[in-house]
Amino acid sequence: MAETTGQGAAAPAPTPATPARTDGLFLCLISPVMRVIEIPMLALQRMLGIHRLAWVFLLPNLLLFGLFAFLPVILNVAYATTGGANVLLADRPYVGAENFGFLTDCANYLDPNSCREDKFWRAVWNTLWFVTLQVGIMVGFSLLTAIVLNREIRARGFFRAVFFFPVLLSPVVVALIWKWILQREGVLNAFLDWTGVGGYNWMVDADWAFGWSVFLSVWAHMGFYTLILLAGLQAIPRDVYEAATMDRASPWRVFRRITLPLLSPTMLVVLVLALIKGVQTFDEVYAFTGGGPGTATTFIIQYIYEEGFAGAPRLFGLAAAASLMVAGVLVVLTLVQLWVSRRSANG
Amino acid sequence: MSRTWAFLSATRGGARLHWTDWASYGYLFLGVFLMFFPVIWLVLSSFKTEADLQRYPPTFLPYQQQTITLDGYADPLPLFEITAGEHAGMILAQLRRVGLQAQMVDPANPEERLTIAIADRVPVERFTLATENYTELFGRFNFLLYFWNSTFITVTATLIMLLTNSMAAFALSKYDFRGRTVVLLLVIGTLMIPQTVVLVPLFLIVTELGMFNSLWGVIIPGAATPTGVFLLRQYMLTIPDEILDAARMDKASEWKIYWRIILPLSAPAIAVLAILAIMWRWNDFLWPLIVLTQSENFTLQLALNSFQGELQTQWSSLLAMTVLTLLPIAMVFMFLQKYIATGIASTGGK
Repeated sequence: MAETTGQGAAAPAPTPATPARTDGLFLCLISPVMRVIEIPMLALQRMLGIHRLAWVFLLPNLLLFGLFAFLPVILNVAYATTGGANVLLADRPYVGAENFGFLTDCANYLDPNSCREDKFWRAVWNTLWFVTLQVGIMVGFSLLTAIVLNREIRARGFFRAVFFFPVLLSPVVVALIWKWILQREGVLNAFLDWTGVGGYNWMVDADWAFGWSVFLSVWAHMGFYTLILLAGLQAIPRDVYEAATMDRASPWRVFRRITLPLLSPTMLVVLVLALIKGVQTFDEVYAFTGGGPGTATTFIIQYIYEEGFAGAPRLFGLAAAASLMVAGVLVVLTLVQLWVSRRSANG
Repeated sequence: MSRTWAFLSATRGGARLHWTDWASYGYLFLGVFLMFFPVIWLVLSSFKTEADLQRYPPTFLPYQQQTITLDGYADPLPLFEITAGEHAGMILAQLRRVGLQAQMVDPANPEERLTIAIADRVPVERFTLATENYTELFGRFNFLLYFWNSTFITVTATLIMLLTNSMAAFALSKYDFRGRTVVLLLVIGTLMIPQTVVLVPLFLIVTELGMFNSLWGVIIPGAATPTGVFLLRQYMLTIPDEILDAARMDKASEWKIYWRIILPLSAPAIAVLAILAIMWRWNDFLWPLIVLTQSENFTLQLALNSFQGELQTQWSSLLAMTVLTLLPIAMVFMFLQKYIATGIASTGGK
């Protein structure tokens, strides 16, 4: 029976070294390339000296960051303040804050029908609902699973792997697996017909399609957060629990007074991480429902994708303006994440 | 019996199982069912023929109707078992169906034609794997092309990422230079710029560089990752500087120190990053969807997504393709499970 003892799942590097044999093979493969690069690098070292050579090592990475992360942020502002359907910035007329005005032109923000760009607000509200439900349910079940896995159970390694493996599946594969199960003549309906409850055409019902999207997303990502929470649980010192047992504290009291407070830094990290990922949900739901029926499962990233890349006039300005709004939310969440993980790292 | 029971219900502490233990195991087995059944169902379904897939309610295992080839008939004839009437119990081959009647022959006596009501016969079926679902992928669906595109992107992007990220990590961990803090802050800053929020300008840049509709347009923009730089830097910080000094005494060049000393010593961290990169790239969807619009450039993920729209009824090929798409990742998972769990948990990214 596979029995992995309470080894920290999130133990940071160093991890066990790869066998020397594969190292040797790998070196054989890369050494010709590395030898060729060595010639210009040696010349540069003579020219610049050792300390300035650091910039040469940094150069490729910084170039990529600049070109594909920082430059786009600036260009995003340029796109958001220009109109038309041209890609080239030179061909795009300056329109100021018109795109933002168009997106936020609403009589009542709670009712997408009263907005000029109702699709955007539908996507915003769908995303908010989705994130609330998905993060709530997912973190709840991850916590439950982590607590169960942290008990003295047999075959813990096996069970941990079982809950974890959907994390590795691609979003499209996840979507297709559940689409196949949930289709009108699928296995779930066959089971429901057999029990007498009666099958249902899930995917044409807006509420059910939304509910199943939440379910599928929880199913696919739960294992990741379970792993982090499990590591957090295993970091709680054993003697705290022993002391509680001495005092004959009830299990519920132990959970409320010891486990939850000591786990709260990890919970916070998990919550913020899940929010950051949740806001950007696109792949699996897009492959699962295509955003439908109607706009029931269209989220904000899909709105950006459709306005900018899938629609007939490519409204880059609108897509960029919406991106900037999402970016604002993500920057706040990421800063919270950095602050939270720093705090929990410092104890 | 009671001894077996005692063994099964014993815990490591030696005490009896508490009700919470039963609840835990109940929950875990429910989890096993929920997590495994969908994938098992997918694999089983992928071995069913299109006709078998249309059946409702579905059977658990793939079945195919048995056929027989008789002299004088070009096509194989489907076999039926007769359940009622004067021929009850016999196994007959069906020639054709006319309304509610079927013309059938006894394989042992093919001369004599029998007329049987269709309500009185059930098909003879046997467990058969429809492997043609898989072989068809290679002939009709250009599967190898998509597989090659996915593999090329995954391998090249992973190698480029490992090289650039480890070079940056080396500079940030082993050199003291002015501006190091600024660079570190810049790297942290990129954490706040996920691809999803810069799609439009990224598209412009990639188009301007002539990488639209090219696999390089998918490979290059994601090659530098803050996660990778931090993971490797953290590991390289634990390598003692004395080793570098000793190598410099021996007149080794900085580049040689990097690839002969630092890279091999960081192999564990590089392995973790490599696994993560392979997973990210193989499963990537949104960015390839934007950059690769011609079907000859599709990755497996894009091909799967576009086929599910086009071939609404062709589930047999679609399911087989889904299985083949998840297979490489499943293999990686089986062999490197421990690395993956550590890697993901320690970087907080996937």
